[in-house]
Amino acid sequence: MATEGQEHPISVYLKIWILLFVLSIFSYMVDFYQLQGWLRWSLILIFMFLKAGFIMAIFMHMVWERMALVVALLSPMIAVLVFIAIMGYESEYTQASRDVFFDDGKPDKVWAVPHGAHKAEHHDGAHSAGEAH
Amino acid sequence: MSDTSTTSIKPLPDGMEGLTHDWASDQRAFKGVPWGKAMMWIFLLSDTFIFSCFLISYMTARWSTVVPWPNSSEVFALTVGGVSVPLLLIAIMTFILITSSGTMAMAVRSGYQKKRKQTAILLLVTAILGASFVGMQAFEWTKLIMEGVRPWENPFGAPQFGSVFFMVTGFHGFHVSIGVIFLFINVKKVWRGDYDSGKRGFFTWQKGRYEIVETLGLYWHFVDLVWVFIFAFFYLW
Repeated sequence: MATEGQEHPISVYLKIWILLFVLSIFSYMVDFYQLQGWLRWSLILIFMFLKAGFIMAIFMHMVWERMALVVALLSPMIAVLVFIAIMGYESEYTQASRDVFFDDGKPDKVWAVPHGAHKAEHHDGAHSAGEAH
Repeated sequence: MSDTSTTSIKPLPDGMEGLTHDWASDQRAFKGVPWGKAMMWIFLLSDTFIFSCFLISYMTARWSTVVPWPNSSEVFALTVGGVSVPLLLIAIMTFILITSSGTMAMAVRSGYQKKRKQTAILLLVTAILGASFVGMQAFEWTKLIMEGVRPWENPFGAPQFGSVFFMVTGFHGFHVSIGVIFLFINVKKVWRGDYDSGKRGFFTWQKGRYEIVETLGLYWHFVDLVWVFIFAFFYLW
């Protein structure tokens, strides 16, 4: 076959490259400005899928491939989605049983704050409590 | 071949009609791609399942634990000039990997234009960026291990944090390392002119062609693609 190559103008790659940079900056800003809750999660997912989509479509040339290949590669992702749903349901159940059966009535362990990200008084109690082992 | 008979070659139909045509053709299903590229795609599909399983097990661990999950924004913060910047190293690693994806895409393009030196140089840049990514990951691992993060425990919260971290980033780093090795091999081959002369490879004994650069590029972009998901789910979530 003569048309097995993929050749596209360099401007396409450069534009997508810049776009990926901008999207990465956006997703980093989500953490930098400490957005929380649904806003954080939805923004993370939006930027993630946009980035993944552009990498697959343009850099991996998927928009220029034949439908036979695209469908063969993308349709198995349905199995991944089903697996996510199953395990999501399962982990809810596991957590519920742990809440019921692992509750020993003791106060929660106080965990260390990574390299003193907060103030020092937060850090003091970290090692005294719950050093059972 | 003459175009007058009824057996003349018609252009392949596109879209969904092309899908049924290709799969029902009683020939190879993946038309318009070299076999090596189709096989790389199939491999990447299987690799997608591996990383999906890792990330799904991470989701399960995180959703089912009754112990608080460590705040990754703080765990991976770096102190620069007395100020703690969240996820700084991870952000730099992300930009490095995207940059290397860009140089890889341009190497593929140069390859199809048979620009030998340009392809080799772009591949070399990609390889060096990939190697620096692995280096930063090694730094990050060292830092966390010194802070007491282990696959079975850590001082910041749920013990599964360590196992997920080492498993997922370790497997991804392994993929990057393998990619870097193959990039360096291809730098040598392209520079030597193997893909111009069609010199046979030392392992597969297949003739060298510039399509190999695209197949390698697919792998490299996939590594970047996986990082997008790890970055979102493990570091940012």
